[in-house]
Amino acid sequence: MVFLHATSLADAVAALSAHPGAVPIAGGTDVMVEVNFDRRRPAALLDLTRVPELSRWWVEDGRVRLGAGIPYARVIAELGDRLPGLAMAARTVGSPQIRNRGTVGGNLGAASPAGDSHPPLLAAGAEVELVSNRGRRRVPVCEFYTGVKRNVLAPDELIEAVWVDSVAGPQQFSKIGTRNAMVISVAAFALALHPERQQVGTGIGSAAPTPRRAREAEELLAGELDAAGLWESRGPLPATLAEEFGSRVCAAAAPIDDVRGSAAYRVHSLRVMARRTLTWAWNDYRKAA
Amino acid sequence: MRVTTTVNGETRHADDVSESESLLYLLRERLGLPGSKNACEQGECGSCTVYLDGVPACSCLVAAGQAEGSDVVTVEGLAPGRDLDPVQEAFVECGAVQCGFCTPGFVVSAHDLLARCPNPGDDEIREALAGNLCRCTGYEKILDAVRCAAGRMPSERSTV
Repeated sequence: MVFLHATSLADAVAALSAHPGAVPIAGGTDVMVEVNFDRRRPAALLDLTRVPELSRWWVEDGRVRLGAGIPYARVIAELGDRLPGLAMAARTVGSPQIRNRGTVGGNLGAASPAGDSHPPLLAAGAEVELVSNRGRRRVPVCEFYTGVKRNVLAPDELIEAVWVDSVAGPQQFSKIGTRNAMVISVAAFALALHPERQQVGTGIGSAAPTPRRAREAEELLAGELDAAGLWESRGPLPATLAEEFGSRVCAAAAPIDDVRGSAAYRVHSLRVMARRTLTWAWNDYRKAA
Repeated sequence: MRVTTTVNGETRHADDVSESESLLYLLRERLGLPGSKNACEQGECGSCTVYLDGVPACSCLVAAGQAEGSDVVTVEGLAPGRDLDPVQEAFVECGAVQCGFCTPGFVVSAHDLLARCPNPGDDEIREALAGNLCRCTGYEKILDAVRCAAGRMPSERSTV
Protein backbone atom coordinates (compact mmCIF):
# COMPACT_ATOMS: atom_id res chain seq x y z
CA MET A 1 0.00 0.00 0.00
CA VAL A 2 1.12 3.55 -0.69
CA PHE A 3 0.19 6.56 1.42
CA LEU A 4 -0.23 9.73 -0.61
CA HIS A 5 -0.20 13.15 1.02
CA ALA A 6 -1.84 15.96 -0.94
CA THR A 7 -1.42 19.56 0.11
CA SER A 8 -3.35 21.20 -2.73
CA LEU A 9 -6.24 20.23 -4.96
CA ALA A 10 -3.90 20.07 -7.96
CA ASP A 11 -1.71 17.66 -6.00
CA ALA A 12 -4.66 15.49 -5.10
CA VAL A 13 -5.96 15.35 -8.67
CA ALA A 14 -2.50 14.51 -10.01
CA ALA A 15 -2.01 11.81 -7.38
CA LEU A 16 -5.34 10.22 -8.18
CA SER A 17 -4.57 10.32 -11.87
CA ALA A 18 -1.24 8.57 -11.23
CA HIS A 19 -2.83 6.03 -8.85
CA PRO A 20 -6.36 5.40 -10.14
CA GLY A 21 -6.94 2.72 -7.50
CA ALA A 22 -6.21 5.10 -4.63
CA VAL A 23 -8.95 5.53 -2.06
CA PRO A 24 -9.40 9.15 -1.00
CA ILE A 25 -9.60 9.52 2.77
CA ALA A 26 -10.75 12.59 4.72
CA GLY A 27 -12.35 11.98 8.14
CA GLY A 28 -11.77 8.25 7.79
CA THR A 29 -15.02 7.40 9.54
CA ASP A 30 -16.00 4.96 6.77
CA VAL A 31 -12.70 4.14 5.08
CA MET A 32 -10.78 3.30 8.26
CA VAL A 33 -13.50 0.96 9.50
CA GLU A 34 -13.09 -1.06 6.31
CA VAL A 35 -9.30 -0.94 6.57
CA ASN A 36 -9.27 -1.88 10.27
CA PHE A 37 -11.45 -4.92 9.60
CA ASP A 38 -9.50 -5.92 6.50
CA ARG A 39 -12.57 -5.55 4.35
CA ARG A 40 -10.59 -3.27 2.09
CA ARG A 41 -6.91 -3.21 1.28
CA PRO A 42 -6.55 -0.42 -1.29
CA ALA A 43 -3.39 -0.04 -3.33
CA ALA A 44 -3.10 3.51 -2.02
CA LEU A 45 -4.71 5.89 0.45
CA LEU A 46 -4.89 9.52 -0.64
CA ASP A 47 -5.10 11.85 2.36
CA LEU A 48 -7.25 14.90 1.64
CA THR A 49 -7.23 16.50 5.08
CA ARG A 50 -4.47 18.96 4.14
CA VAL A 51 -6.09 20.17 0.93
CA PRO A 52 -7.18 23.74 1.70
CA GLU A 53 -9.58 24.02 -1.26
CA LEU A 54 -11.66 21.21 0.22
CA SER A 55 -12.03 22.79 3.65
CA ARG A 56 -13.50 26.12 2.55
CA TRP A 57 -17.02 27.30 1.85
CA TRP A 58 -18.29 30.47 0.28
CA VAL A 59 -21.42 31.92 -1.30
CA GLU A 60 -21.53 32.54 -5.03
CA ASP A 61 -24.65 33.67 -6.93
CA GLY A 62 -26.91 32.75 -4.03
CA ARG A 63 -25.47 29.26 -3.75
CA VAL A 64 -23.27 27.86 -1.03
CA ARG A 65 -20.18 26.15 -2.35
CA LEU A 66 -19.36 23.66 0.39
CA GLY A 67 -15.90 22.14 0.21
CA ALA A 68 -16.10 18.35 0.30
CA GLY A 69 -13.71 18.09 3.23
CA ILE A 70 -15.70 20.22 5.67
CA PRO A 71 -16.62 18.14 8.71
CA TYR A 72 -20.15 17.96 10.07
CA ALA A 73 -19.13 19.94 13.16
CA ARG A 74 -18.37 22.93 10.93
CA VAL A 75 -21.59 22.54 8.94
CA ILE A 76 -23.43 22.75 12.26
CA ALA A 77 -21.39 25.66 13.64
CA GLU A 78 -21.07 27.74 10.48
CA LEU A 79 -23.96 26.89 8.15
CA GLY A 80 -27.04 26.34 10.30
CA ASP A 81 -28.59 29.50 8.86
CA ARG A 82 -27.75 29.00 5.18
CA LEU A 83 -28.16 25.22 4.95
CA PRO A 84 -30.62 24.40 7.74
CA GLY A 85 -31.69 20.99 6.40
CA LEU A 86 -28.12 19.77 6.02
CA ALA A 87 -27.19 21.18 9.43
CA MET A 88 -30.12 19.36 11.04
CA ALA A 89 -28.99 16.12 9.47
CA ALA A 90 -25.39 16.82 10.50
CA ARG A 91 -26.47 17.14 14.14
CA THR A 92 -27.75 13.55 14.03
CA VAL A 93 -24.52 12.06 12.66
CA GLY A 94 -22.65 9.68 14.97
CA SER A 95 -21.15 11.39 17.98
CA PRO A 96 -19.08 14.51 18.65
CA GLN A 97 -15.90 12.63 17.72
CA ILE A 98 -17.42 11.47 14.42
CA ARG A 99 -18.86 14.91 13.61
CA ASN A 100 -15.42 16.43 14.16
CA ARG A 101 -13.98 14.23 11.42
CA GLY A 102 -16.70 12.94 9.08
CA THR A 103 -17.39 15.05 6.00
CA VAL A 104 -20.22 15.63 3.55
CA GLY A 105 -17.86 14.70 0.70
CA GLY A 106 -17.09 11.42 2.42
CA ASN A 107 -20.77 10.71 2.83
CA LEU A 108 -21.22 11.23 -0.93
CA GLY A 109 -18.17 9.13 -1.75
CA ALA A 110 -19.42 6.24 0.38
CA ALA A 111 -22.91 6.68 -1.14
CA SER A 112 -24.56 4.53 1.51
CA PRO A 113 -28.35 4.63 1.23
CA ALA A 114 -28.28 5.42 4.96
CA GLY A 115 -25.94 8.43 4.72
CA ASP A 116 -27.46 11.33 6.64
CA SER A 117 -26.37 14.07 4.22
CA HIS A 118 -28.21 12.65 1.24
CA PRO A 119 -31.87 13.42 2.05
CA PRO A 120 -31.32 17.15 2.73
CA LEU A 121 -29.05 17.49 -0.32
CA LEU A 122 -31.75 15.86 -2.47
CA ALA A 123 -34.47 18.06 -1.00
CA ALA A 124 -32.42 21.20 -1.59
CA GLY A 125 -31.60 20.25 -5.19
CA ALA A 126 -27.84 20.24 -4.61
CA GLU A 127 -25.19 19.62 -7.22
CA VAL A 128 -21.98 17.68 -6.70
CA GLU A 129 -18.84 19.12 -8.30
CA LEU A 130 -16.31 16.53 -9.45
CA VAL A 131 -12.78 17.24 -10.55
CA SER A 132 -10.13 15.24 -12.36
CA ASN A 133 -7.21 15.82 -14.70
CA ARG A 134 -9.81 15.89 -17.48
CA GLY A 135 -11.65 18.86 -15.99
CA ARG A 136 -14.65 19.59 -13.80
CA ARG A 137 -18.29 18.60 -14.00
CA ARG A 138 -21.35 19.17 -11.88
CA VAL A 139 -23.85 16.39 -11.31
CA PRO A 140 -27.31 16.96 -9.80
CA VAL A 141 -27.29 15.00 -6.58
CA CYS A 142 -30.43 13.09 -7.64
CA GLU A 143 -28.34 11.64 -10.50
CA PHE A 144 -25.27 11.04 -8.39
CA TYR A 145 -26.23 7.75 -6.71
CA THR A 146 -26.25 4.74 -9.01
CA GLY A 147 -26.74 1.81 -6.63
CA VAL A 148 -26.08 0.56 -3.13
CA LYS A 149 -22.85 2.34 -2.13
CA ARG A 150 -22.29 3.29 -5.76
CA ASN A 151 -22.08 6.66 -7.45
CA VAL A 152 -21.10 8.25 -10.75
CA LEU A 153 -17.50 8.97 -9.72
CA ALA A 154 -14.91 7.80 -12.25
CA PRO A 155 -11.76 6.22 -10.76
CA ASP A 156 -9.75 9.38 -11.41
CA GLU A 157 -12.37 11.81 -10.07
CA LEU A 158 -12.51 13.52 -6.71
CA ILE A 159 -15.52 15.09 -5.05
CA GLU A 160 -14.49 18.72 -4.76
CA ALA A 161 -17.57 20.46 -3.46
CA VAL A 162 -21.32 20.51 -3.13
CA TRP A 163 -23.37 23.44 -4.41
CA VAL A 164 -26.57 24.12 -2.51
CA ASP A 165 -29.01 27.01 -2.81
CA SER A 166 -28.73 29.26 0.19
CA VAL A 167 -32.00 28.77 2.00
CA ALA A 168 -35.10 30.54 0.68
CA GLY A 169 -37.77 28.57 2.55
CA PRO A 170 -38.22 26.23 5.49
CA GLN A 171 -36.34 22.95 5.58
CA GLN A 172 -36.81 19.97 7.87
CA PHE A 173 -35.12 16.64 8.52
CA SER A 174 -36.23 13.62 10.47
CA LYS A 175 -34.49 10.35 11.18
CA ILE A 176 -35.52 7.13 12.89
CA GLY A 177 -32.99 5.25 14.99
CA THR A 178 -32.74 3.24 18.15
CA ARG A 179 -31.27 6.05 20.22
CA ASN A 180 -30.16 9.65 19.78
CA ALA A 181 -26.44 9.03 19.21
CA MET A 182 -24.37 6.70 17.05
CA VAL A 183 -27.34 5.75 14.93
CA ILE A 184 -27.30 4.48 11.40
CA SER A 185 -30.73 5.57 10.28
CA VAL A 186 -33.52 3.04 9.99
CA ALA A 187 -35.25 5.55 7.76
CA ALA A 188 -34.81 9.26 7.17
CA PHE A 189 -36.70 12.00 5.38
CA ALA A 190 -35.87 15.56 4.41
CA LEU A 191 -38.20 18.24 3.12
CA ALA A 192 -37.50 21.66 1.62
CA LEU A 193 -40.14 24.19 0.67
CA HIS A 194 -39.07 26.49 -2.16
CA PRO A 195 -41.70 29.24 -2.03
CA GLU A 196 -39.77 31.48 -4.43
CA ARG A 197 -40.42 29.02 -7.24
CA GLN A 198 -43.44 27.32 -5.65
CA GLN A 199 -41.77 23.95 -5.56
CA VAL A 200 -41.15 21.25 -3.00
CA GLY A 201 -38.03 19.13 -2.51
CA THR A 202 -37.83 15.76 -0.80
CA GLY A 203 -35.19 13.19 0.06
CA ILE A 204 -35.66 9.65 1.37
CA GLY A 205 -32.88 7.82 3.21
CA SER A 206 -32.43 4.14 4.14
CA ALA A 207 -35.55 3.06 2.31
CA ALA A 208 -34.34 2.20 -1.19
CA PRO A 209 -31.09 0.99 -2.81
CA THR A 210 -30.05 4.62 -3.12
CA PRO A 211 -31.11 7.85 -1.49
CA ARG A 212 -33.92 9.16 -3.67
CA ARG A 213 -36.53 11.86 -4.13
CA ALA A 214 -40.26 11.29 -3.89
CA ARG A 215 -41.09 13.13 -7.07
CA GLU A 216 -44.82 12.41 -7.17
CA ALA A 217 -45.14 13.60 -3.60
CA GLU A 218 -43.29 16.81 -4.50
CA GLU A 219 -45.53 17.44 -7.49
CA LEU A 220 -48.72 16.66 -5.61
CA LEU A 221 -47.88 18.98 -2.76
CA ALA A 222 -46.62 21.85 -4.91
CA GLY A 223 -49.68 21.53 -7.17
CA GLU A 224 -52.21 21.45 -4.34
CA LEU A 225 -50.59 24.38 -2.54
CA ASP A 226 -50.72 26.31 -5.79
CA ALA A 227 -54.32 25.33 -6.58
CA ALA A 228 -55.52 26.43 -3.13
CA GLY A 229 -53.50 29.65 -3.25
CA LEU A 230 -51.69 28.61 -0.09
CA TRP A 231 -48.23 29.74 -1.17
CA GLU A 232 -49.61 33.30 -1.11
CA SER A 233 -52.17 33.10 1.68
CA ARG A 234 -50.00 30.98 3.98
CA GLY A 235 -53.25 29.53 5.30
CA PRO A 236 -53.49 26.35 7.36
CA LEU A 237 -52.38 23.16 5.70
CA PRO A 238 -55.31 20.80 5.05
CA ALA A 239 -54.81 17.61 7.09
CA THR A 240 -55.85 15.50 4.13
CA LEU A 241 -53.07 17.02 2.05
CA ALA A 242 -50.45 16.15 4.66
CA GLU A 243 -51.80 12.58 4.74
CA GLU A 244 -51.80 12.26 0.98
CA PHE A 245 -48.27 13.67 0.85
CA GLY A 246 -47.20 10.96 3.32
CA SER A 247 -48.79 8.27 1.17
CA ARG A 248 -46.99 9.49 -1.95
CA VAL A 249 -43.69 9.54 -0.08
CA CYS A 250 -44.24 5.92 0.98
CA ALA A 251 -45.03 4.98 -2.60
CA ALA A 252 -41.63 6.30 -3.69
CA ALA A 253 -39.75 4.07 -1.26
CA ALA A 254 -38.48 0.56 -2.01
CA PRO A 255 -37.20 -0.64 1.35
CA ILE A 256 -35.92 -4.03 2.43
CA ASP A 257 -36.03 -5.98 5.68
CA ASP A 258 -32.65 -5.91 7.39
CA VAL A 259 -31.09 -5.91 10.85
CA ARG A 260 -32.07 -2.31 11.48
CA GLY A 261 -35.75 -2.61 10.64
CA SER A 262 -38.40 -4.21 8.50
CA ALA A 263 -39.57 -2.86 5.18
CA ALA A 264 -43.04 -2.40 6.63
CA TYR A 265 -41.71 -0.37 9.55
CA ARG A 266 -39.66 1.79 7.21
CA VAL A 267 -42.72 2.56 5.09
CA HIS A 268 -44.77 3.35 8.17
CA SER A 269 -42.07 5.61 9.60
CA LEU A 270 -41.69 7.44 6.30
CA ARG A 271 -45.40 8.18 6.26
CA VAL A 272 -45.15 9.64 9.76
CA MET A 273 -41.95 11.58 9.08
CA ALA A 274 -43.30 13.02 5.82
CA ARG A 275 -46.46 14.25 7.52
CA ARG A 276 -44.58 15.64 10.51
CA THR A 277 -41.81 17.40 8.59
CA LEU A 278 -44.40 18.95 6.27
CA THR A 279 -46.41 20.17 9.25
CA TRP A 280 -43.31 21.65 10.91
CA ALA A 281 -42.10 23.27 7.70
CA TRP A 282 -45.54 24.68 6.88
CA ASN A 283 -45.87 26.12 10.38
CA ASP A 284 -42.44 27.74 9.94
CA TYR A 285 -43.57 29.16 6.60
CA ARG A 286 -46.73 30.60 8.15
CA LYS A 287 -44.78 32.12 11.05
CA ALA A 288 -42.23 33.67 8.71
CA ALA A 289 -44.98 35.77 7.06
CA MET B 1 6.96 5.19 6.22
CA ARG B 2 8.15 7.63 8.85
CA VAL B 3 5.53 9.64 10.74
CA THR B 4 6.38 12.69 12.80
CA THR B 5 3.83 14.12 15.20
CA THR B 6 3.75 16.29 18.26
CA VAL B 7 2.37 14.10 21.02
CA ASN B 8 1.67 15.58 24.44
CA GLY B 9 3.94 18.48 23.58
CA GLU B 10 6.93 16.45 22.37
CA THR B 11 8.02 15.86 18.79
CA ARG B 12 7.89 12.12 18.17
CA HIS B 13 9.14 10.12 15.21
CA ALA B 14 8.01 6.63 14.33
CA ASP B 15 9.65 4.57 11.61
CA ASP B 16 8.34 1.63 9.59
CA VAL B 17 4.77 2.77 10.10
CA SER B 18 2.39 0.78 7.95
CA GLU B 19 0.28 2.77 5.49
CA SER B 20 -2.86 1.06 6.74
CA GLU B 21 -2.34 1.41 10.47
CA SER B 22 -4.27 3.81 12.63
CA LEU B 23 -3.14 6.66 14.82
CA LEU B 24 -4.32 4.53 17.75
CA TYR B 25 -1.90 1.76 16.81
CA LEU B 26 0.88 4.30 16.35
CA LEU B 27 0.28 5.76 19.81
CA ARG B 28 -0.04 2.46 21.63
CA GLU B 29 2.39 0.18 19.88
CA ARG B 30 5.06 2.49 18.52
CA LEU B 31 5.09 5.45 20.91
CA GLY B 32 4.43 3.55 24.13
CA LEU B 33 1.26 5.43 25.06
CA PRO B 34 -1.27 2.73 25.96
CA GLY B 35 -3.72 5.08 27.69
CA SER B 36 -5.93 5.32 24.60
CA LYS B 37 -7.73 1.99 24.40
CA ASN B 38 -8.33 -0.24 21.42
CA ALA B 39 -11.85 -1.62 21.60
CA CYS B 40 -14.27 -1.43 18.69
CA GLU B 41 -11.96 -0.10 15.95
CA GLN B 42 -14.97 1.42 14.22
CA GLY B 43 -15.62 4.69 16.01
CA GLU B 44 -18.57 3.35 17.98
CA CYS B 45 -17.16 3.30 21.50
CA GLY B 46 -14.89 6.31 21.96
CA SER B 47 -12.32 4.42 24.05
CA CYS B 48 -9.54 5.66 21.76
CA THR B 49 -10.55 9.35 21.91
CA VAL B 50 -7.63 11.79 21.70
CA TYR B 51 -7.30 15.44 20.84
CA LEU B 52 -6.18 15.76 17.24
CA ASP B 53 -5.24 19.35 16.41
CA GLY B 54 -7.37 20.49 19.32
CA VAL B 55 -10.58 18.55 18.72
CA PRO B 56 -11.57 15.12 20.03
CA ALA B 57 -11.38 12.33 17.49
CA CYS B 58 -11.45 8.56 17.52
CA SER B 59 -7.80 7.73 16.91
CA CYS B 60 -8.81 4.33 15.49
CA LEU B 61 -10.38 6.15 12.53
CA VAL B 62 -7.37 8.32 11.74
CA ALA B 63 -4.79 6.74 9.45
CA ALA B 64 -1.36 7.14 11.05
CA GLY B 65 -0.15 8.91 7.92
CA GLN B 66 -2.91 11.49 8.30
CA ALA B 67 -1.42 12.47 11.66
CA GLU B 68 1.85 13.55 10.04
CA GLY B 69 2.64 17.02 11.37
CA SER B 70 -0.36 16.99 13.71
CA ASP B 71 -0.64 17.92 17.32
CA VAL B 72 -1.96 15.03 19.38
CA VAL B 73 -2.86 15.07 23.07
CA THR B 74 -3.69 11.76 24.71
CA VAL B 75 -5.07 11.04 28.16
CA GLU B 76 -1.46 10.77 29.34
CA GLY B 77 -0.86 14.39 28.36
CA LEU B 78 -3.77 16.12 30.09
CA ALA B 79 -1.65 16.88 33.15
CA PRO B 80 2.14 17.04 33.56
CA GLY B 81 4.10 14.12 34.95
CA ARG B 82 2.23 12.14 37.58
CA ASP B 83 -0.24 14.94 38.28
CA LEU B 84 -3.90 14.46 37.56
CA ASP B 85 -6.08 16.81 35.59
CA PRO B 86 -9.22 17.95 37.47
CA VAL B 87 -11.32 15.63 35.30
CA GLN B 88 -9.11 12.68 36.20
CA GLU B 89 -9.25 13.62 39.89
CA ALA B 90 -13.02 13.82 39.75
CA PHE B 91 -13.27 10.37 38.11
CA VAL B 92 -11.20 8.95 40.98
CA GLU B 93 -13.13 10.78 43.70
CA CYS B 94 -16.55 9.91 42.32
CA GLY B 95 -15.82 6.25 41.65
CA ALA B 96 -16.49 6.78 37.96
CA VAL B 97 -14.19 3.88 37.09
CA GLN B 98 -15.27 0.26 37.08
CA CYS B 99 -13.25 -1.91 34.71
CA GLY B 100 -11.55 1.25 33.53
CA PHE B 101 -11.39 0.41 29.85
CA CYS B 102 -13.64 3.26 28.71
CA THR B 103 -12.22 5.74 31.23
CA PRO B 104 -9.47 7.36 29.12
CA GLY B 105 -11.94 8.11 26.33
CA PHE B 106 -14.52 9.50 28.73
CA VAL B 107 -11.85 11.63 30.41
CA VAL B 108 -10.74 13.17 27.11
CA SER B 109 -14.33 13.82 25.98
CA ALA B 110 -15.24 15.33 29.35
CA HIS B 111 -12.06 17.41 29.34
CA ASP B 112 -13.01 18.85 25.96
CA LEU B 113 -16.56 19.58 27.10
CA LEU B 114 -15.41 21.45 30.20
CA ALA B 115 -12.80 23.40 28.25
CA ARG B 116 -15.56 24.62 25.91
CA CYS B 117 -18.35 24.83 28.45
CA PRO B 118 -17.18 25.11 32.07
CA ASN B 119 -20.61 24.72 33.61
CA PRO B 120 -22.60 22.30 31.45
CA GLY B 121 -26.13 21.10 32.10
CA ASP B 122 -26.93 17.40 32.14
CA ASP B 123 -28.16 17.46 28.56
CA GLU B 124 -24.90 19.00 27.43
CA ILE B 125 -22.91 16.39 29.35
CA ARG B 126 -24.90 13.56 27.83
CA GLU B 127 -24.52 14.98 24.35
CA ALA B 128 -20.77 15.48 24.78
CA LEU B 129 -20.34 11.91 26.02
CA ALA B 130 -22.68 10.36 23.44
CA GLY B 131 -19.76 8.86 21.55
CA ASN B 132 -18.31 7.03 24.57
CA LEU B 133 -19.63 3.69 25.70
CA CYS B 134 -19.19 2.19 29.19
CA ARG B 135 -19.69 -1.57 28.97
CA CYS B 136 -20.00 -1.72 32.79
CA THR B 137 -22.91 0.73 32.35
CA GLY B 138 -21.53 2.95 35.10
CA TYR B 139 -22.91 6.09 33.57
CA GLU B 140 -24.37 7.67 36.70
CA LYS B 141 -20.97 7.87 38.40
CA ILE B 142 -19.42 9.19 35.20
CA LEU B 143 -22.03 11.96 35.07
CA ASP B 144 -21.32 12.68 38.76
CA ALA B 145 -17.61 12.98 37.97
CA VAL B 146 -18.19 15.44 35.14
CA ARG B 147 -20.47 17.58 37.33
CA CYS B 148 -17.83 17.44 40.05
CA ALA B 149 -15.03 18.46 37.67
CA ALA B 150 -17.06 21.36 36.30
CA GLY B 151 -15.82 24.54 37.88
CA ARG B 152 -12.48 23.02 38.83
CA MET B 153 -11.11 23.38 35.31
CA PRO B 154 -8.58 26.09 34.56
CA SER B 155 -10.32 28.77 32.51
CA GLU B 156 -7.85 28.52 29.63
CA ARG B 157 -7.29 25.27 27.78
CA SER B 158 -3.69 25.50 28.94
CA THR B 159 -2.75 21.86 28.53
CA VAL B 160 -3.80 21.57 24.91
